[in-house]
Amino acid sequence: MKDFEEVIMGYLEQDALEEASRCIQCKNPTCIGGCPVGIDIKTFIGWIKKKNYDAAYATIREKNNFPSICGRVCPAEYQCRKACVFTKKGEPFASHESININFLERFIGDYGAHGGLIATMAGAARLARYKVAVVGSGPAGLCCAGELARSGIQVTVFEGLHKTGGVLRYGIPSFRLPRDVLDFEINLLKKLGVEIQTNFIVGKAQTIEELFADGYSAVFLGLGAGIPSFLGIPGENLCNIYSANEFLTRVNLMSANDFPKHHTPVNIGKHVVVIGGGNTAMDAARVAIRLQHAGGIAPDTTVAYRRTELEMPARRLEIEHAKEEGVTFAMLVKPEEFIGDDTGFVTRLRASRCELGEPDASGRRRPVVVPGSTFTIECDLAVIAVGLGANRILTSVTPQLETDKYGDVTVNPETMETSMKGVFAGGDIVGGEGTVIEAMGMAKKAAAAIIVYLSHL
Amino acid sequence: MNTWCVIRSDPESREDMKVLDKKVLAENIVQVTIQSPYIAAKAKAGQFVVLMVKEEGERIPLTVVQADASKGSIVLIVQASGFTTKLLAHVNKGDSLYSVVGPLGHPTEIKKYGKVILVGGGVGIAEIYPVAQAMKEAGNDVTAIIGSRSKALLILEQEMRLICDSLVVMSDDGSCGRKGFVTEALQELLKKELPALVYAVGPLPMMRAVAQVTKERGVRTLVSLNALMVDGTGMCGCCRVSVAGKVKFSCVDGPEFQADEIDWQELMKRNSVYADKEKHICRLNNLYGV
Repeated sequence: MKDFEEVIMGYLEQDALEEASRCIQCKNPTCIGGCPVGIDIKTFIGWIKKKNYDAAYATIREKNNFPSICGRVCPAEYQCRKACVFTKKGEPFASHESININFLERFIGDYGAHGGLIATMAGAARLARYKVAVVGSGPAGLCCAGELARSGIQVTVFEGLHKTGGVLRYGIPSFRLPRDVLDFEINLLKKLGVEIQTNFIVGKAQTIEELFADGYSAVFLGLGAGIPSFLGIPGENLCNIYSANEFLTRVNLMSANDFPKHHTPVNIGKHVVVIGGGNTAMDAARVAIRLQHAGGIAPDTTVAYRRTELEMPARRLEIEHAKEEGVTFAMLVKPEEFIGDDTGFVTRLRASRCELGEPDASGRRRPVVVPGSTFTIECDLAVIAVGLGANRILTSVTPQLETDKYGDVTVNPETMETSMKGVFAGGDIVGGEGTVIEAMGMAKKAAAAIIVYLSHL
Repeated sequence: MNTWCVIRSDPESREDMKVLDKKVLAENIVQVTIQSPYIAAKAKAGQFVVLMVKEEGERIPLTVVQADASKGSIVLIVQASGFTTKLLAHVNKGDSLYSVVGPLGHPTEIKKYGKVILVGGGVGIAEIYPVAQAMKEAGNDVTAIIGSRSKALLILEQEMRLICDSLVVMSDDGSCGRKGFVTEALQELLKKELPALVYAVGPLPMMRAVAQVTKERGVRTLVSLNALMVDGTGMCGCCRVSVAGKVKFSCVDGPEFQADEIDWQELMKRNSVYADKEKHICRLNNLYGV
């Protein structure tokens, strides 16, 4: 586990056939309702049973542009698998007996990728004269770009970083999403004629108005969530306290795990504490434990979360993997203060114990601090993974773009059109912190609306 | 043929990030001119770019010293102090950088203040230079105090002299201008007349000392911080700094802040968080070459 190789082996054909054979092809399949983009799961599994993988691939691609990616990162245990008829009623997550839909999707996605199956161009010649700017190359941007390009529209994707992929590259570690899977999908877009301009921040290098003046007829904003939240407790600016975004970006995007061959450094501690209970926290913990292994440090990485494992928003699979890899879980723990040494490095974390009280607005039981339960633990590196807020780089210079109180762009939910004419948005800049598949769902909806919009120009 | 294709050249050929010119300004301080039409058209005094020298490189922020929209080029001045700045100092005319993005951060608020004193220490002189130009153009009475350890390290003296109404040169060893720190000259000037604004860029101890001097006299003082960054767009929080007790990100909230509100000690510690790794990679570099 010193390396960043993918940890889950995919299905071989035999495995896929066996798993598919368990699917009873319900008359009224409930699984489809569990998929945010409504993949016809019953039909694609049906094609697998018949060994018609081309048809299975086509079925998935009707709704999902990136099956290889979603098959790996979708929280299926909350979605399609939870909706599967084999999941027992009242279970908080999918039962083990539910069909491994995401593994089947991944099998088919990889089959399509390796077989070079490309969704064909259904290009309407009439649309070929239009150029659309897609801002951001994360899940929403890539999906929207692909949809538009397949309709024959000229698309330029603008990415602020030096590499494409957005959170798929800087956020999700390679042991969860191998880079060749991501690169394959991006290369496919290039083959479809999508132009990609990296190192270009819309809102800085050019404004949205300038894009329109440059000949773009519509703009899609897939800006992503941006600004990491911190806890707001004393000592949080001590050295070796990272936001999850920084910690993961240094490793995933900048290859800090390969320092000094790659020049970006990252520190690693003997006692790492990751604060948070989402997938990002799991990713950070699993990266940290790999860095400890690689650095010859006895693995000691703890995830501290205010509630219990049941309430953790992370995928169950990620929690299991983190445990298998040696990550310790400290539940019902609320950080109070980071304590440092004279050189400004963190050395300890002071925290309180919690118990669960009444459910809060999110429906999860609220953590309540137990009076007098304060304790301190050793902590020479901490990663804060408690969520993100909207990045305002673009919205702050675009007053025509209406935003809500969180700074998210407001849209017409039917068309994903913003308050600015010809500007559409999707992904985390609209919905807060969603999943890859939700971002893609919004992007698909926006792409369809953009095509309608262009047709009426 | 779409004209925009020409300007927005193929990123893989990296015409955009070509080194058009390189000059050695002083010992270990070089000036590079980079082709970057979009940044050149937009950059204002006080803004910065984040660049990578090589694909395996790290992302570092550097102030845009000059932006020439007509030539589509920007000028950066860098002191070879850390590994990446050393790498950058080694690039030659005709080379291409791997990545340049910007212009980032808020521009300096340029308006007619009246009397403005700019203080630049070491390579910080490069950062006050565009502000001096803009302040002068806005009709201010601009005095600059520039200082370095010695004559061999002093940059942009002639350029600053041409812009400023008055220029004071200081050096630690007296090899150019007067012997002493920039803060000594600042204290003397403040005794004569209080300016509407002091703007200072230089090493952290210098900026902190300036903040102390001007706070005593109640003069509004801005500094441009050189916090460590990764993306430079607010995504990571690496550059966070405590300003008036609140957490701010240098990249998107700054890079300029009110000097008397900054927690300097915290910033100094945060800026040396990778000191050991920096030494290590520099040592390797000396052993095995770049």
